[in-house]
Amino acid sequence: MSDADKPQPDEKPVQPEPESGTDTVTEEAPQETTEDAAKDDSRSRSVLREIASGDALSGVLAVFLAVFVGSVMIAATDEGVRETLGYVTARPSDFFSAVWEAISGAYSAMFRGAIFNYNLTEPAQQWRPLTETLKFAGPLILGGLGVGIAFRAALFNIGGRGQMLIAGGAAGLVGSQVSLPAGIHLVVAILVGMAAGALWGGIAGLLKARTGAHEVIVTIMLNYVAFYLLFYALAEDFLFKTPASNNPKSLPMKETAILPKVLGDKFNLHLGFVLALIAVGVVWWLLSRSTLGYRIRAVGENPHAARASGINVGRTYTTVMLIAGSLLGLAGVNQVLGTVSSGVSLDLDASIGFDAITVALLGRSRPLGILAAGLLFGFLKAGGFTMQSSENISVDLVLVVQSLIVLFLAAPPLVRAIFRLPAQEAK
Amino acid sequence: MRLVLRGITKRFGSVVANDSISLTVEPGEIHCLLGENGAGKSTLMNVLYGLYKADEGEIELDGVVQHFTGPGDAMAAGIGMVHQHFMLIPVFTVAENVMLGNESTGFAGTLDLDASRTRVTEISDRFGFHVNPDALVEDLPVGVQQRVEIIKALSRDAELLVFDEPTAVLTPQETDELMDIMRQLKEAGKAIVFITHKLREVRAVADRITVVRLGKVVGEADPRSSNAELASMMVGRPVELTVHKDEPQLGADALVVKDLRVVDPAGHAQVDGLSFTIRAGEVLAVAGVQGNGQTELTEALLGLQDDVTGSIVLDGTELVGKSTRRILDSGVGFIPEDRQVDGLVPGFTIAENLMLNRSFKSPFVKNGGLRIGALREFAQQKLQEYDVRARDIDSLAANLSGGNQQKVVVARELSRDLRLLVAAQPTRGVDVGSIEFIHKQIVATRDSGIPVLVVSTELDEVVALADRIMVLYRGQVVGIVPADTPRETLGLMMTGERPKDLKDVAV
Repeated sequence: MSDADKPQPDEKPVQPEPESGTDTVTEEAPQETTEDAAKDDSRSRSVLREIASGDALSGVLAVFLAVFVGSVMIAATDEGVRETLGYVTARPSDFFSAVWEAISGAYSAMFRGAIFNYNLTEPAQQWRPLTETLKFAGPLILGGLGVGIAFRAALFNIGGRGQMLIAGGAAGLVGSQVSLPAGIHLVVAILVGMAAGALWGGIAGLLKARTGAHEVIVTIMLNYVAFYLLFYALAEDFLFKTPASNNPKSLPMKETAILPKVLGDKFNLHLGFVLALIAVGVVWWLLSRSTLGYRIRAVGENPHAARASGINVGRTYTTVMLIAGSLLGLAGVNQVLGTVSSGVSLDLDASIGFDAITVALLGRSRPLGILAAGLLFGFLKAGGFTMQSSENISVDLVLVVQSLIVLFLAAPPLVRAIFRLPAQEAK
Repeated sequence: MRLVLRGITKRFGSVVANDSISLTVEPGEIHCLLGENGAGKSTLMNVLYGLYKADEGEIELDGVVQHFTGPGDAMAAGIGMVHQHFMLIPVFTVAENVMLGNESTGFAGTLDLDASRTRVTEISDRFGFHVNPDALVEDLPVGVQQRVEIIKALSRDAELLVFDEPTAVLTPQETDELMDIMRQLKEAGKAIVFITHKLREVRAVADRITVVRLGKVVGEADPRSSNAELASMMVGRPVELTVHKDEPQLGADALVVKDLRVVDPAGHAQVDGLSFTIRAGEVLAVAGVQGNGQTELTEALLGLQDDVTGSIVLDGTELVGKSTRRILDSGVGFIPEDRQVDGLVPGFTIAENLMLNRSFKSPFVKNGGLRIGALREFAQQKLQEYDVRARDIDSLAANLSGGNQQKVVVARELSRDLRLLVAAQPTRGVDVGSIEFIHKQIVATRDSGIPVLVVSTELDEVVALADRIMVLYRGQVVGIVPADTPRETLGLMMTGERPKDLKDVAV
């Protein structure tokens, strides 16, 4: 009765009352335990929701903080900075200019590597880095959508890697082993890849729906299954007909199955990025304008109410995982038929399956947010390589920055405290 | 112990939960804090108990200003709290629970359980609680568990006891017993703060009444005031407490339930052989203490329970075995007992919540897409029709008060073509003004010839709405009796006893 007895303070101090359910007391013990489990479940769900759907501001701040910490690390590992630190009291200006050089050098290298290279003269060469950013962003956006749409149903899809591997393998099989007329070949390869990804995601959804198996565990395990399945397939002649070689790698894709370059041969940017943009639009419509998306959101926000309103929660889980799998599948297809068309290999996912989780978190599981986050991560990826080659800063630093972003996203109170923002108030 | 609260103000962001509340509680006095849900009573007590820190104002005990940083400080200062949700560990014995957090230990940290046992017996004997210190808490009835909470507070020498909505989970008999205990404690010189929104209880035990509305003290009331006077103080306008309804215009048997049996996942039969009939244009109200099969009954009607046997026939159609969606589509309206869990999606807007059980076909769906225009128009209309107080239809359900949330649920259910309405706890946690409104809607539904099943643990509500009353105990029917059955008889039936001279009205 007193659930509503306070004007909904968002800030909840240690309150010794259970959140809901005045009725646990008279029921028998076994039931209480299931209710407790349900309560735990809903608690972890709400944490997940908070991480996945917070406000855009904290996303921006998290990126800002991560970049700041990254800068400190660049400065700390720079040789010039360390040298000048020895006599910092005598000549502090040397120290500060060394810090400035290290940091500005790193970021301008990134800019040159990911957006616009002002050291070159030919316009096509100057703008090439930007197309690289977009090329890297494509699969990240697709993967982010796949993870994000599952988030909206309160499912944590960790199986991006497996879904990409299976999809990439299937698309690669069609692309390298089957001969079809131009045009049709590509379409078939893409669809087969997406279907394979959907299948892999759908298994997790179905198991969750039918048996209650936790999707996190199932998808992680399916990652291994997918990896070793692909490993096996690449070694078997009857599948990939690989020439005698110790490398588990398939033949290159046939010309007819390769995603065409969209800006001519000077640039590596291929159709995959366009597909990613289309996917953003489709997922946006699905989530905010379709009945299926409405049900996905209802199930994600409150599965109990959804069930009591006649929505089949299990079926919704399965459906959303099918869609998530097909999106991640498309990310895998993008790799095999586009970015690395030289043949299917075991590292085809290039850790995009996991980066996609970060992208989805940073994008707050909103399609447009994921688009922005995917572009940012594409930028970091493209820029990271140049930073390493021209400034000798390890590309791993980019990974550190990415990880820090997630860390700051996961701890909104920390970010708020650092920026002295007011605690989140009742809206 | 004399408690003085002076100008307590507590804000949550822009919401002022307590607006400079002042209150004095004398020793040997039962002081009632009366107010609607959301008036700020619990917030005030949480400030007193050290769970919240007041933004302004001070707490004074026996003339000394206190600065509590947590419940530990408050307990040490002699404040005891009996929460609505018991803070007991079910698998511990009474003695173990009582010593919890205050363990007296012997050599090398061994627990001195005997000391605690003696303490329990001592307090129990003194006030006639009849509590066995070695009983497991989970085996005790709710009323006794509550006494364990009281013993827990008394064992720490509490001089001021706060009862936060203590009667919500009790049967009428247990409530009476609790009132006796409170009087005894008062005789023993304890100061008692009794928080409630139930007028009957206030008038029974209060020495002084402070009425709180919207975070402010609106004044003191005389315990001899009538219900209507107290209610209008609480709400701030005259309120009709009785539901006006005409004689029912009974039609044919509409809902026929036979031998309904619901088994929970643990294998216990929660509903055990229920048979009843509701005629068109009739309200059958289900009375009973919480947890006697009411939840399972309503969920079985909606197809939300897995293990259901027997038959539920609505207008000639069997409902057992059908999916929830089919049952809803066949015209069953459902107001679930916990709107936060089963009734609403808190992160959805009012408009989105209004189409929750109509996401498959028209009027809000076309070719798999949402007809947002139609939905918004509908929501706008319902917002006015049902007097939902919200900024607009895009407000999130989570940000509405309990009463307004419930109105959204009621609006959604009653705006479909109904052939049966199942209303479980339709006014739980709802303000008095909204109760009035919701009751009127339920009666209007009945008057339009629809059979209505009302489930409520509030006897007042059962009596007010019912044409017939069905009393449930441990999943079985104790009896189906006329609406004018005396309250005492109903209370007795709720404990499973069936008066000898009781006559059922047509089952």
